[in-house]
Amino acid sequence: MRENLHFVVVGHVDHGKSTLIGRLLYDTNSLPPDKMEEVRKMSKEYQGQPEFAFVMDHLEEERNQRITIDTAQIFFSTDSRDYVIIDAPGHKQFLKNMITGASQAEAALLLIDAQEGLREQTHRHAYMLSLLGLRQIVVIVNKMDLVGYDQQRYNEIREQITKRLAEFSLEPMMVIPISARMGDNVAQLGENLSWYKGDTLLGSLDKLRCIRQGNEGPVRFPVQDVYEMDGQDILVGRVASGVLHKGDQVLFRPSDTAAVIEQIKVLDGELDSADAGKSIGLVVKSDKNGKTIKRGQVACPSTDNQPRVLSDFSASVFWMSEQPLKLGDKLDLKCATQQVPCKISKITNRLDSSSLDLLAEDAQELCDTEVAQLTIETEQPICLDAHESIAELGQFVLMRNNDTIGGGVVH
Amino acid sequence: MDRLDELENQSIYIIREAYYHYRNLALLWSVGKDSTTLVWLCRKAFLGKIPIPALHIDTGYKFPEMYKFRDEYGKKWGLKVVVARNEEAIAAGMGPTKKLECCNALKTEGLKKAIAQHHFSALLLGIRRDEHGIRAKERYFSPRNQEFKWNYQDQPPELWDQYKSQAEEGTHIRVHPLLHWTEKDIWYYIRRENIPITDLYFAKNGKRYRSIGCVPCCSPVNSDADTIDKIIEELESTNTSERAGRAQDKEDTYTMQKLRALGYM
Ligand SMILES: Nc1nc2c(ncn2[C@@H]2O[C@H](COP(=O)(O)OP(=O)(O)O)[C@@H](O)[C@H]2O)c(=O)[nH]1
Repeated sequence: MRENLHFVVVGHVDHGKSTLIGRLLYDTNSLPPDKMEEVRKMSKEYQGQPEFAFVMDHLEEERNQRITIDTAQIFFSTDSRDYVIIDAPGHKQFLKNMITGASQAEAALLLIDAQEGLREQTHRHAYMLSLLGLRQIVVIVNKMDLVGYDQQRYNEIREQITKRLAEFSLEPMMVIPISARMGDNVAQLGENLSWYKGDTLLGSLDKLRCIRQGNEGPVRFPVQDVYEMDGQDILVGRVASGVLHKGDQVLFRPSDTAAVIEQIKVLDGELDSADAGKSIGLVVKSDKNGKTIKRGQVACPSTDNQPRVLSDFSASVFWMSEQPLKLGDKLDLKCATQQVPCKISKITNRLDSSSLDLLAEDAQELCDTEVAQLTIETEQPICLDAHESIAELGQFVLMRNNDTIGGGVVH
Repeated sequence: MDRLDELENQSIYIIREAYYHYRNLALLWSVGKDSTTLVWLCRKAFLGKIPIPALHIDTGYKFPEMYKFRDEYGKKWGLKVVVARNEEAIAAGMGPTKKLECCNALKTEGLKKAIAQHHFSALLLGIRRDEHGIRAKERYFSPRNQEFKWNYQDQPPELWDQYKSQAEEGTHIRVHPLLHWTEKDIWYYIRRENIPITDLYFAKNGKRYRSIGCVPCCSPVNSDADTIDKIIEELESTNTSERAGRAQDKEDTYTMQKLRALGYM
C-alpha cells in the first residue's frame, strides 16, 4: 500500500484555509459527485458560486457563522501518495483545537493572506508549530489575485515570515504564492504568477517526508497494561523507539527492575523481534518480584542510552484552558503511559504566544494561549527523554479534573 | 512497517488504553465490515481472549444475513454477545416510515437502555473520519453527557495519544479505534487478514451493499464486485461516497449532525 502523510493547514482566520483545502480536493478530483452537489446547494443559500470553504466546514454553526470551530481530517491522493489533511481553526479561542490538529501532523502549511499580511494567529500558530516540534513548514501566500499577483508584495511577506520563523530556529521549506479561489499555482502555475520559479503547492507536498518514530533510536517500551492469561503475566504496550528482541536484557525504569525478554507475543503466536510502533505483549523474567512491573514502567537498554529519571525538571509549556494555571497548582502529568500528580513550583519567561512580548520574568500565573518555562515537581520520579531524540517520552500533557489543559516538551 | 501495520498498531494501542481506563467497557458490534474489523483488532489487542462484551443493538430490521453472521462468529470468536432491543418502542409500532425518529428510538434509545442496564462507562465504536463530514471532527475518546449529547463545539484537546481517561458520573465515553482508517484501508486490511464478513457486501445480480444497516433504509449500489479484489478495484476507481445509499444522510444536510448530537452512533 501507498504511504500516507499527515499535514495540517494553519493560519489566521479568513486567510483561506478552508478554501485552499476545498480547492486541493477539487483539483485532485477527490470530491465525490454527491459532495460537490451538496457544496453547490449550500453555496446557493449564501448566494455565491461554489464556495470551496464549505467542503471542510461541516457543523451547521460553522457554515452559518462562516467560521471553522473544530479541527477535522480529510483524505486525498496525488499520483505519488496519499495525504491526510488536518484542518485547524484560525480563531484564538479555538487554539486548543488547532493544537489537537497540529499535534497529529508531520508537516504544516502556514497560510498568509497576501493583502492582510502577517496577523495575530499567523504568529501564534508559527510559535505553536515550533513548540510541537514540527520542522517541515511550507508557507503559502494566498489571495495573490487581490494584490494583482504582485511579486513585490510576495517578497515582502516572504521576508517577514522567514524572519519570524528564524526566531524559533525554523526555516520554511518553501514560500509559495497562490490564489486558492482562482486556482493559481495550486495544481498548476498558470500565467498570472509566471514570475514565480518554484514548485506548485501540489508539487511541494510531494517533497515532504513522512516522519515516524524510528527503529534507529535506543529501545523504549512503556508498559501500557498487564494482562494475566493462563497464569502468566503479559506486559502489553507499544514500542516507542528502537527494536526489541527476544532474549534482550532490559531495565524497567523508574523502578530499575532488570529483566530478560522471554517471549514477544501477538495474536498468532510469538515474534523474534518487534519494531518501533508495534503493539505487543511481553513475557519477562525479572530479578525482583515481577509484580513491580506495572503500567508506566518503561523498558530501556540495561546499560546505556537510558531515559533520565526525574522528579524535578524544567519544560516549555503552552496553556490551553480558560482557567489559568496558578503558581503552586497541583495537577496530573501524563507522559506516554506514565501518570503522576505534580506541583508547579516555578513559572518563568511567561510570553504572549503571538507578540512574543514578555509578560513576566517570574510569574504567578499562566493564562489561555500563553507559553512559559515551568519547573515541575512530580510526586514520584518519571522517565523522560529529550523531545528531539525520543518524542514520545519528551512530551507530556497537564491535566486538571481529568481534562487536558496544558502541554509541554522537555529538551 | 507499512501503512496497514501502522493503522493496526495504533488501533490496538487505543483499544488497550480504553480497557485500562474503563474496565466496564463494551464493544459495539453492528456486524458490518467496520465493526467486524474492530472485533478482529480486539482479538489482537487481547491476544485472542476478548474480555469485554460485544453489544449488538438490534432494531429488528436488520438483514437476516446479519443475524446469522452474528450468531456464527460470536460463537467462533468466543464473544460474549449482548443483544439489546428497544422492545417497548418496537411494540408501540416504531418503524422506518418515521425515519429520523426511528433511528433515534431503535438505535439511540436502544443503546441508552443497554448502557443503563449494564452500567457501561465506555464503548468501542467502529466509526471512521472519512465516512461523513461530521465524523471528521471526532476525537478518539469522545465524552457523551447524561442526555447522550455530544458537545461538538467544545471538545477536549487530544494530543500525543493522551486521552480522556475518566468518565464523569452518569456520562460515558465513546472510543473510536478506527477513526483514522478509510473505507479502502478497511478493505485492504480485510483482504490481508482474511477477515470474514457477510455476503451482503458482494455483488449479486449486479448489485451490492457498500454500507449496511437496517433493510428498509439501505439501498444497494450497482456493482459487479463479487470478490474482495474486485471491491478494492471498484473503490480505487470511483469517488462516490460510501454512505450515498444510506437514508439518514439524504434528508437534509445536517441530519447526521442532529442525529449524532442526540447520541447516534
Ligand atoms: N480573492 C480571493 N479570496 C479568497 C481566496 N481564498 C479564500 N478567499 C476568500 O476568503 C474568505 C475566507 O476564506 P476561508 O477559506 O473561509 O478562510 P479560513 O477562515 O482560513 O478557512 C472567503 O470568502 C473566501 O472565498 C483567494 O485566493 N482569493
